[in-house]
Amino acid sequence: MASQLSSQTDNASAGDLRNQDWYLDKFFQSIMFLCGISAILFVLGIFIFVFKEGSGFIIHQLDWAEFFLSPKWRPTSATQATYGTFAMVAGTAAVTVISMAIALPFSFGAAIFIAEFARGKTREWLKVIIEMLAAIPSVVWGFIGLMIMNPLIIDTFDVPIGLNVLNSGIILGLMAAPIITSIAEDAFKAVPDTYREAAEALGATKWQVVYKVILPAAKNGLLSAALLGIGRAFGETMAVLMASGHALTVPTSVFDSIRALTATIAAELGETPVGSDHYQALFAIGIFLFSITFVINMTADFIVRGIKNQ
Amino acid sequence: MSSTTLSVSKISVRNLTIRYGSFTALSDVSLEIPPNQVFGIIGPANSGKTSFLNAINRMDMMRSNMQVTGSVHFNGVDVRSWRNVYALRSKIGVVFPLPVGLPLSIYDNVALSPRLRGLTDKTQIDEIVERSLRRAALWDEVKDRLTSLGSLLSGGQQQRLTIARALSQDPEVLMLDEFSIAVDPVTTMRIEDVLKELKQQMTVILVTNLVQQANRLADQTAFFLDGRCVEVGETRALFDGQVRDQRTNDYIEGRFG
Amino acid sequence: MHPAATIDTNRFGAEAINLKNAQVQKLVMILLGIMATVLVIPVVMIVITLIQRGGPAISWAFLTTFPSNGMTAGGIFPALLGTVWLVAISLLASVPLGVAAAIYLSEYAPQDHWLTRVINLATINLAGVPSIVHALFGLGAFVAFFHLGTSILAASLTLAVMTLPVVIVASWESLQSVPQAFREACWNMGATRWQTIWHVVLPNALTGILTGIILQVSRAAGETAPIMFTGAAFFLPHLPSGVMDQTMALALHLFTISTQVPGVPDEIPFGVALVLFGIVLVVNTFSIWLRMYLRSKKKW
Repeated sequence: MASQLSSQTDNASAGDLRNQDWYLDKFFQSIMFLCGISAILFVLGIFIFVFKEGSGFIIHQLDWAEFFLSPKWRPTSATQATYGTFAMVAGTAAVTVISMAIALPFSFGAAIFIAEFARGKTREWLKVIIEMLAAIPSVVWGFIGLMIMNPLIIDTFDVPIGLNVLNSGIILGLMAAPIITSIAEDAFKAVPDTYREAAEALGATKWQVVYKVILPAAKNGLLSAALLGIGRAFGETMAVLMASGHALTVPTSVFDSIRALTATIAAELGETPVGSDHYQALFAIGIFLFSITFVINMTADFIVRGIKNQ
Repeated sequence: MSSTTLSVSKISVRNLTIRYGSFTALSDVSLEIPPNQVFGIIGPANSGKTSFLNAINRMDMMRSNMQVTGSVHFNGVDVRSWRNVYALRSKIGVVFPLPVGLPLSIYDNVALSPRLRGLTDKTQIDEIVERSLRRAALWDEVKDRLTSLGSLLSGGQQQRLTIARALSQDPEVLMLDEFSIAVDPVTTMRIEDVLKELKQQMTVILVTNLVQQANRLADQTAFFLDGRCVEVGETRALFDGQVRDQRTNDYIEGRFG
Repeated sequence: MHPAATIDTNRFGAEAINLKNAQVQKLVMILLGIMATVLVIPVVMIVITLIQRGGPAISWAFLTTFPSNGMTAGGIFPALLGTVWLVAISLLASVPLGVAAAIYLSEYAPQDHWLTRVINLATINLAGVPSIVHALFGLGAFVAFFHLGTSILAASLTLAVMTLPVVIVASWESLQSVPQAFREACWNMGATRWQTIWHVVLPNALTGILTGIILQVSRAAGETAPIMFTGAAFFLPHLPSGVMDQTMALALHLFTISTQVPGVPDEIPFGVALVLFGIVLVVNTFSIWLRMYLRSKKKW
């Protein structure tokens, strides 16, 4: 009994200096936890603040049919302002499609090359340079579209203006390519080596292994890479603002100038009185953009998780 | 003999069951571990030996999927009643199957524990480092290069460094989990000699996959199989064939495992 | 079913197929190599063009004087300085928060817990939010709601929210690369979680975290949309006197002089683009070099 008691007290005072560490540990755990959930707070915050700024308009005045179906965006018309985003949605979609048509084959090709064929220095250099591609700021891309691609397209295709779907599609394709390449490469790397060895043991060549084994096994990863690339191209602002011509038309050819959803906000927000219908309508576009990228990101994550659970 | 049976157990385990999700690693184990002895635990792989050690120093707290029921008393106090489990762990030194040399110098590896306790006096720390390294039979080999990286030592030296690190805590209990797996036979014998010395000052729990190691060192031995404690008794008696369960004898004689 | 037997009996046939396969293999490899090269060419072209056409504009005076003649002449000093301000303050906010969040996710958060899952999802989504939506958030939250006005502080905080997820992911990866055995060893000797993090995990992850942060410098320096409406101005005749002032910024300056101001001689915007890309390139190269250097110096 005596020994029981003494060890109880021993235990209570066990810590002279150590109890202090216990409190310190709890303290830091709480701090880290608060920082840990900050990402959630910011995502919620973005939704709440963007919605809040546009809420009056969205709730009371927004004509949903007009917003999504009308190509007429005339927010400054004195007589009858209309807020139709259809032309911008079509423009954004056209640019995204072109950019993916360019980015996907080259990125997947490059990813296969890096993951399965390239060795040593070649591989390191390719990765470094593609990383550089990702580092070029979007405003520099826009500038390149404006100053280099524009005259190039005018000369090559003999069209009156080179700031169009093709121009911004190529630019966005190159911008999205590094991300798609890196995620696709990860997807290839995630395929277990035993698959490769098993196929090679059966006498398959490297390409047969890639085509018959690796590609099917990495299918979901590639899909998710494509989705994230789409998200990137879709949400890009400065490059598309500078390289697309900023004309409010529903494009019928790659040589048409268009105006993207993101570019509209960037171009007009500075000139609208705070709180006006126009101002709030731009925030409504923001909510629309946020929702779409949210869905794209969730889907991409869902697909990747699907792989892990297999 | 009679004096040991009268004294209070250092660690007493009652109805200990450990689960990882739906997998039961250890079920309903009860043991008394007396002080100043080497207590051997033998058994084939996956028989719950490591989980048993983890339950004693409350490592279940650090693992979200490890559930422990039953009780472990340390010095007669339930280990769950320690709010400050870190103080509990500092009284229990642990040596792992594979030596873990922290990416610190040899000196800092051994000095880490005293420093974590809040010790700042350089001469005191020097003293602890030297004493711990001496007790682990490593001092003579490393005294001239205390500032070089611990992870650059050989496997056998690293394992002794781990022991020195555990001893720097001045533990009441030293738990060794299959310490000789990655160690050459000569070093193994040296460490075994160290352990024989150490049991004068502390309780040693020796989990081992080498039956003869238990025979050489342990005063008492428990045999774990498939998460159950099949048998526990005086080592000499067990190895003389005085067993209650035939499986113990089979394992000791090397018929399975 | 019996590969050995098949090969023996079909010796010649098998070799013919192998030869054809080898050719296909070679062709495919060349094709894929070309595809990878196509991604390399633009980088090289852009570097060459920017140097060729922007190089002549670069001089000490260009970097250290104010723009003049309605931004059609002169230098970029206030924009350069503004970018430094914005990047520095945004990192000051995003790095501690991001690293702490990564520490929580890597060291404290229970695996397979719903909250951990939600945090991961939020981080992924935050990284995917379009930059212009970040601008709207910055305007609604920092400029209006927190009454910071259009200021360096509001713009930097907007940039910080934008770079946060990348800091989190880079730090998390770095923390995860520290072997679990180190943590176990520390815990077993009675170290608290925090002591383990502070004495063993962080020192070993620090350099990797640093690499990730350096990359953020280049990302934050190049961003335009998030700062356009939150604190960066097209033109200011004087330098900012504090964080509550507006500032010019390099990225926005490039946009302004290439789209909003008529009559700017070509070499000026090319010069600005070269400076901006140069900063990004230098920072990136340094980060890549650091990463390779650290890989060769790994202690475990």
